[in-house]
Amino acid sequence: MKILVCLSNVPDTTTKVRFKDNNTSFDANGVQWIINPWDELALTRALELKEGSNGVITNVSVITVGEAFAEPTIRKALAIGADNAYRVNSIPKDAFFTAFQIAEIAKKESFDIIFAGIESSDYNGSMVGSMISEFLNISSVSSVSAVNIENNEIKVTREIPGGKEFLNVTAPLVAVVQKGIAINPRIPSMRGIMTARTKPLTVSEAVACDSLTEFVNYELPQPKGKCKMISADNVKELVQLLHNEAKVL
Amino acid sequence: MSVLVYTENWDGKFKKSTFELLSYANEIAKKLNTETIGISIGNVSTDELSNLGNYGANKVLSFSDSRISSLENTVFSSIISQAAIKVGAQVIILSNNLTGKAIAPRLSVKLKAGLVSAVVALPSSVEPFEVKKKAFTGSAFANVKVNSAIKILTLSQNSYQINQSEDVAIVENFEATINNADFKTKVTDTQKTTGKIILNDAEIIVSGGRGMKGPENWGAIEELASVLGAGTACSRPVSDEGWRSHDEHVGQTGKIVAPNLYFAIGISGAVQHVAGVSGSKCIVAVNTDKDATVFEVADYGIVGDARQVLPSLIEAFKEFKAEH
Repeated sequence: MKILVCLSNVPDTTTKVRFKDNNTSFDANGVQWIINPWDELALTRALELKEGSNGVITNVSVITVGEAFAEPTIRKALAIGADNAYRVNSIPKDAFFTAFQIAEIAKKESFDIIFAGIESSDYNGSMVGSMISEFLNISSVSSVSAVNIENNEIKVTREIPGGKEFLNVTAPLVAVVQKGIAINPRIPSMRGIMTARTKPLTVSEAVACDSLTEFVNYELPQPKGKCKMISADNVKELVQLLHNEAKVL
Repeated sequence: MSVLVYTENWDGKFKKSTFELLSYANEIAKKLNTETIGISIGNVSTDELSNLGNYGANKVLSFSDSRISSLENTVFSSIISQAAIKVGAQVIILSNNLTGKAIAPRLSVKLKAGLVSAVVALPSSVEPFEVKKKAFTGSAFANVKVNSAIKILTLSQNSYQINQSEDVAIVENFEATINNADFKTKVTDTQKTTGKIILNDAEIIVSGGRGMKGPENWGAIEELASVLGAGTACSRPVSDEGWRSHDEHVGQTGKIVAPNLYFAIGISGAVQHVAGVSGSKCIVAVNTDKDATVFEVADYGIVGDARQVLPSLIEAFKEFKAEH
């Protein structure tokens, strides 16, 4: 069995978001780039599955669509334990374009499980994973909080409103994963960092594909009014304010 | 020509988020000078379906098939795309909930239709088609232009006001072709949390953080929630410590919520937590530290120890509830 984990290169989640060029692009000045948190958890789970598989899972690959500056993120994934990596050398124009590029590579390599994070922490699309499944015409399960392989059967837990569903799924599939898929992301070991340098990283150019959407510009939320402080001895006042002023009670 | 809405049902009933979608869609349909059509999948009574007219649907297509017992993304996206082709949908609208996120991307590829997710407002223009969405997990918004002939939007919950009327929708049975081979997932078991309010549906949420000091103090959070008919939630450290279960974790990597009223009790207000609750209409914060960042995003604040403030809050809300 082979697993592919899709990675998005995103600004560190504590980044103070700013825009430039008349609010038409993200200001990356001084920004730290990281593996999208959900993708990092997906990679962690993929490696756990491989280690627990008695050799059934032979390979965990990672892929990203991005220019050369995304390479530290790819190398980090290799240092964490991925066996090899793919980078499609292009700006990820939109989700449709990005998913198409990943699907093109996946078609050649026939992975059994493709992991994608539920969304990227920058554009919050929640799109790429499920789009890949449609391009490949394979099944997809979203909101996945656990994946296990038992007797060559893939068992998936899906979050639903107010509960969980347990599913058996036939490979190949795309699992769009969220919190719970792994508890803590793995941290690269010193040995991992050393071996990452020599692991295969295949760089290819993008295949022609239209993008269907474009980001025109950005805006920051309106600053909130000042917080009204209420004395801890007078919580009745709070109740009245919520009722009469905020009108939420 | 039309605006098509996937009208999701839960055990045969529609909820507020479906009504929001229809009211939103109807406004776009007016701009495009066309009608609003719903597509329903599963067993729903004709009354329930025709009532969707109250919220803006002119017509509802109803599809049901005994093979469908759970969300099969391949099948659902295929049915909706067949409906979209049949009614000549220019715009397709789904909720930005778990289901919408699972189906909309497949639909986008099937129809080669540009998709914008987590939309928060009506399109600022329909020609060219431009609409505002959440970005950077609540820290910003982006205006996105869709260049394809068909446009797909997933609407963020609680971001559009419901418009209600006396109108009823025409209900039609819809025939779609689905193949046995498309059913590739099999639900073997379901686990439902009973007696708890589902966070994504909750109008009020009471959330506790590390300031609660330990799981043994959660009784007061639960009591306040029960007085208010609210859901309970927690911050990340609380779920990481195992004080509360992971499905209560609200924040950037947990659940994103947007209730009318959010209580942050003993939560310092880390940027990741705020990202998950910034869509709330009103935030009340209780914290011992008057400089805690949570007060920067809160509408009302109380400085004090959560464990001491909670009992008086419970008392005051009980009194209020008794009077109203």
